[in-house]
Amino acid sequence: MLAFLDKSRSVARPGYSKWLIPPAALAVHLSIGQVYAFSVFKTSLVAHFDSSQTAIAWIFSIAIVMLGLSAAVLGTWVERVGPRKAMVAAALCWGSGFLVGSLGIALGSLPILYLGYGVIGGIGLGIGYISPVSTLIKWFPDRPGLATGMAIMGFGGGALIASPATNKLLGVFDPGFSPDDKNAVANGTALASTFLTLGLVYVVFMLIGAALVRIPPGYAEGEASVQQPGRNGALVRASQAIRTPQFALLWIVLFCNVTAGIGILEQAAPMIQDFFRSDGGTSSVSAAEAAGFVGMLSLANMAGRFVWSSLSDLIGRKPTYMIYLGVGLVLYVLLATVGQQSTAIFVILALVIISYYGGGFATVPAYLKDLFGTLEVGAIHGRLLTAWAAAGVVGPLIVNGFLDAAGEPGRLVADDYHLGLFTMVGVLAVGFVANLLIRPVGEKHFDKEAVRAGSRDAPDQQAAMARGGN
Amino acid sequence: MTTGPTEGADRPTPTLLIVLAWLIVAVPLAYGLWQTLVKAFQLLGG
Repeated sequence: MLAFLDKSRSVARPGYSKWLIPPAALAVHLSIGQVYAFSVFKTSLVAHFDSSQTAIAWIFSIAIVMLGLSAAVLGTWVERVGPRKAMVAAALCWGSGFLVGSLGIALGSLPILYLGYGVIGGIGLGIGYISPVSTLIKWFPDRPGLATGMAIMGFGGGALIASPATNKLLGVFDPGFSPDDKNAVANGTALASTFLTLGLVYVVFMLIGAALVRIPPGYAEGEASVQQPGRNGALVRASQAIRTPQFALLWIVLFCNVTAGIGILEQAAPMIQDFFRSDGGTSSVSAAEAAGFVGMLSLANMAGRFVWSSLSDLIGRKPTYMIYLGVGLVLYVLLATVGQQSTAIFVILALVIISYYGGGFATVPAYLKDLFGTLEVGAIHGRLLTAWAAAGVVGPLIVNGFLDAAGEPGRLVADDYHLGLFTMVGVLAVGFVANLLIRPVGEKHFDKEAVRAGSRDAPDQQAAMARGGN
Repeated sequence: MTTGPTEGADRPTPTLLIVLAWLIVAVPLAYGLWQTLVKAFQLLGG
């Protein structure tokens, strides 16, 4: 009955346009990108569960941990079953995550919310994140950066839609909730109903993507594939790559870059309100304006993925990461010291920092390709995303740990963020040093068979691509 | 949900389908972008 989901049934017929693949990928990534708008729920969830900021931050952290783990563990499965089945699985997990989460809110049970949005939804995030990326690389072999940039940019842009839509839905389900109110908090019924609605909408949207996606001719089971070596001729298998110092150093680089950015992203909406709050008083930034700030961060996240990743093609991966980590470090110092002077300074600093965060994600597949070649770059990428999972816990824990010690939500001010921000400066310094230590992979790690097979199969593959996709 | 390599042999994809597919993702993105720009103006100009 579900045979239409099989990889063999989703191979594109001759004449199928490759320009249907980017919107298919975007339908999935724009949906799962909602996770970056989670902070819009945060103040209301803290009030509903009468809990600490850290307890609510765990929902986001669990989702990111599950994203990284499922990408690492299920990467090979996604390649085997193809993008359509993977996208349907992602849609069902992501949608069910919201539905179970909604039940958790309605019952007042934080563990059910952890299970729903965090665990089930997080698995949907991981599968959804990797499934269209490798398909796009296959459809656009001459422009892989542009192709993956489009999809990964969509993940960054999900909050752009989710942030205002969430506030609108909360207002519909709770007439007392006004996003323009400086201290707006939605009730539990509105939170549960909004989760339910978002879950249903995202399932439909992602299934449209699954219906449109196709594998290019030449990539079905048993057919050959072309491998492009790394900068020094490297073609390294995933099992060998994870034993190299280059993988460990790049893991540290990604971990540090993500930890610094995710600490701000997870706390974004309350953070801007706290930075512009007089001691114990009302913030000059409303919930609606804070949600707008979340949307602006999403825009910077999107733009950074495209702009900085493209720049890396010109100046190289290592110098690009020196900018992300080195300049990022200086920007964090400025945010902590002068960020509260005006909303314009705060917003501009945060936007550049988050553009580096997004750029780090978009540049890392190319960094991996440079180091290890394309032989198993998808599987290596999946394993590297465990750094994202670890950072998803550590980043919010650093920021929320200091905030919980500083005082109650709704009464925090800019000074309460200093310790957390300066800790991030140290984290970025570690990543900067790790990036400097990365050298080309030694020849002893190369897969000699793959190098020979890649050269032999190249003409067949190019002919197969020429037959399909316009 | 359409399927299979044999379906609709060799016919080029209708342009209307490509346009519709892009509209499905572009319309929500345009809404999000517009809302963000409005709030950004309020935040920075207000």
